Amino acid sequence: MSVQLEVQLIAVVVAVACALPGVFLVLRGMAMMSDAISHTVLLGIVLAFFLVGDLDSPLLIVGAALMGVLTVTLVELLNQTQLVKQDAAIGLVFPALFSVAVILISRFARGVHLDVDAVLLGELAFAPFDRVQFWGLDVPIALAVMGGILVLNGLFIGLFYKELKLATFDPALAAALGFSPVLLHYGLMTLVSVTAVGAFDAVGSVLVVALMITPPATAYLLTNRLSHMLGLSAVIGAGSALAGYWLARLLDANIAGSMATMTGAIFLVTFLLAPERGIVAILRRRQRQRWEFAQAALTIHLLHHEDSPQADEECRVDHLGEHLRWQRPFADEVVRLARRHGLVTQDNGRLYLTDKGRQTVQDAIVR
Amino acid sequence: MELLNSLLFDYTLRTVALGAATLGIVSGALGSFAVLRRQSLLGDAMSHAALPGVVIAFMLTGSKTPVILLVGAAVAGWLGALLMNGVVRNTRIKEDSALGIILSVFFGFGLMLLTFLQRNPDARQAGLNSFLFGQAATLLISDVIPMAILGTIVLLLVLIFWKEFKLLSFDRDFAASLGYPVAWLDVVLTSLLVLAIVVGLQAVGVVLMSAMVVAPAAAARQWTDRLGVMVFLAALFGAIAGVGGAMISSLGSGLSTGPVVVLVVSGIVLLSLLFAPNRGLVWNWVRQQRDRRKLRLQSVLTNMYYLAEQHDDMAHPHAVTVLQAMNFGQGGVRRSLHVLRERGLVQESSSGFWALTAEGVEEARQLIDSRRAGKGGDR
Repeated sequence: MSVQLEVQLIAVVVAVACALPGVFLVLRGMAMMSDAISHTVLLGIVLAFFLVGDLDSPLLIVGAALMGVLTVTLVELLNQTQLVKQDAAIGLVFPALFSVAVILISRFARGVHLDVDAVLLGELAFAPFDRVQFWGLDVPIALAVMGGILVLNGLFIGLFYKELKLATFDPALAAALGFSPVLLHYGLMTLVSVTAVGAFDAVGSVLVVALMITPPATAYLLTNRLSHMLGLSAVIGAGSALAGYWLARLLDANIAGSMATMTGAIFLVTFLLAPERGIVAILRRRQRQRWEFAQAALTIHLLHHEDSPQADEECRVDHLGEHLRWQRPFADEVVRLARRHGLVTQDNGRLYLTDKGRQTVQDAIVR
Repeated sequence: MELLNSLLFDYTLRTVALGAATLGIVSGALGSFAVLRRQSLLGDAMSHAALPGVVIAFMLTGSKTPVILLVGAAVAGWLGALLMNGVVRNTRIKEDSALGIILSVFFGFGLMLLTFLQRNPDARQAGLNSFLFGQAATLLISDVIPMAILGTIVLLLVLIFWKEFKLLSFDRDFAASLGYPVAWLDVVLTSLLVLAIVVGLQAVGVVLMSAMVVAPAAAARQWTDRLGVMVFLAALFGAIAGVGGAMISSLGSGLSTGPVVVLVVSGIVLLSLLFAPNRGLVWNWVRQQRDRRKLRLQSVLTNMYYLAEQHDDMAHPHAVTVLQAMNFGQGGVRRSLHVLRERGLVQESSSGFWALTAEGVEEARQLIDSRRAGKGGDR
């Protein structure tokens, strides 16, 4: 396999592995926890490194995962004192732990391949150079690790799909039925920590957040079904990974940064153009409703005055400005639309309801 | 002493300390509003979102003049805040996800541009890196003066809009019902926060600037219930952390200013959470112990009264074991009896047997009456 292909494969695996647990973070309103965890796992790695003295030891991942869970626990403890709110608790805990890690690295781990820039920013392009023999196959370490984490995430979500779904959308019912939301919560957080550790080696900690949150949030705008959201998030994540890789090649820039940029670009496009929840769709719906409402108002007005003695006076286009407070161009447009829909006919400025118009307006009033 | 000496007379250190103090004051004051409005993490998102602004400003002008870079940072941060607002208002995406998206995507975009520049041999992009972690040690007086001017403007605006911001922070709906343009005030307050963040970027860096928004305010909140005092304290804590952190990081090699400042301010938060009067955890614990002791005394006293009522003689002595059985699970009966004896309310008639004194009977009766009256035994 060529190096290029391997980088792309790693990028896709990382993106999908991040997107899966990210779906639940987005749905449970804990997106910023991924930001906190992806920063504090650094401290876990540093401490584990001091303990074992080997940067390639799998214990580093264990240490990082433990630190992730510790972060969540600290945030909740702080929250439970009721002295600070949850958002502030997150904002207090992770910078402190991260700072300890940065200082430890710069004071005691100089010269070791553990520099903060790499942790924050990541460099995917170098990933294929660290290789490992795996079942007789020669694969990059990053691919093996992230592949394992992807399988782990898939298994966890597959096995506990029902429980996660219930605990996410109705935690009270989940608790009443005897599931333990707390246990699931910490399980999920462990998963996020493990994923963050594996991923930040490749893409850096801030961009872990991009891959965990942005594709699920994009999918959230496109579907109402959890299963579809998981699938869509994975596809969007993978798509951003590939597009990001080629953008980075084009600009000769950092791959992780380009991947994050692409997740953002896809989000922006979806935010604007999503079929039902996009900005354009919302604006068009508002616009359509505005005209529909105006037509309804017009037909109601006509029906109201149809058989009255003043009908000839009331049912004129000129009169609408006075009665409905419409500007003339607006009134003309409403009349034009209503005529096109066959709701009214016009004769010398006098408006008549058609049978269809009468039927529509009566339906509208009854409703 | 030497440190103080160098703070007063060492030009570099004085400059650095001044810059760090400015940053602490401004972010502390503005952070108070962010924390009260439960927007603590907005600072995190805005400071990350500033990165592409810095890089683009550099790409457009080719200049590394801090003022220009900071303008870029402010514009990008502001844009990020507006976008976040737009996403939250128009979609069902919640605030935390919107923050995460803005934070990570803007930062990633900035990073992409930065690496794009770095591989371009013409660009002298060194110095942009310091925006990641901050290099207070390299601050010049020409950096500090714009920071101070910007900071003063921000603080003045806070003073001018004090009443509005206060209302907005505590009761947004009420402010709206009074006819204040709350949407605009939101924008103004957020913009000021962005400016405060921009002031600090150079010294602390984007990664840790968020702590300077949250921590001083969270610490100040523990000491007071008044907004004015809180803002003042937050500014003070911010300044202490800024100066302290800058000085400590100037002592050792390889200590970026950002992390040290954050650790100092985190220490202040920890102390505040533990020891602040009324709210602090230690204070709470002490109060709880005191209440518990008082309740134990009262319960022993009333139990003795009830027992005595069963006899004709109110001074009838009772065995400790009986009282312990009545106070099952609470313990401390013997100690309570000794405390009560010191107050002259009970006496030990023979070993292990205790009786109420006349004052004790009176005290217990009052206690029981006040409980019956529903006032609670507040004696």
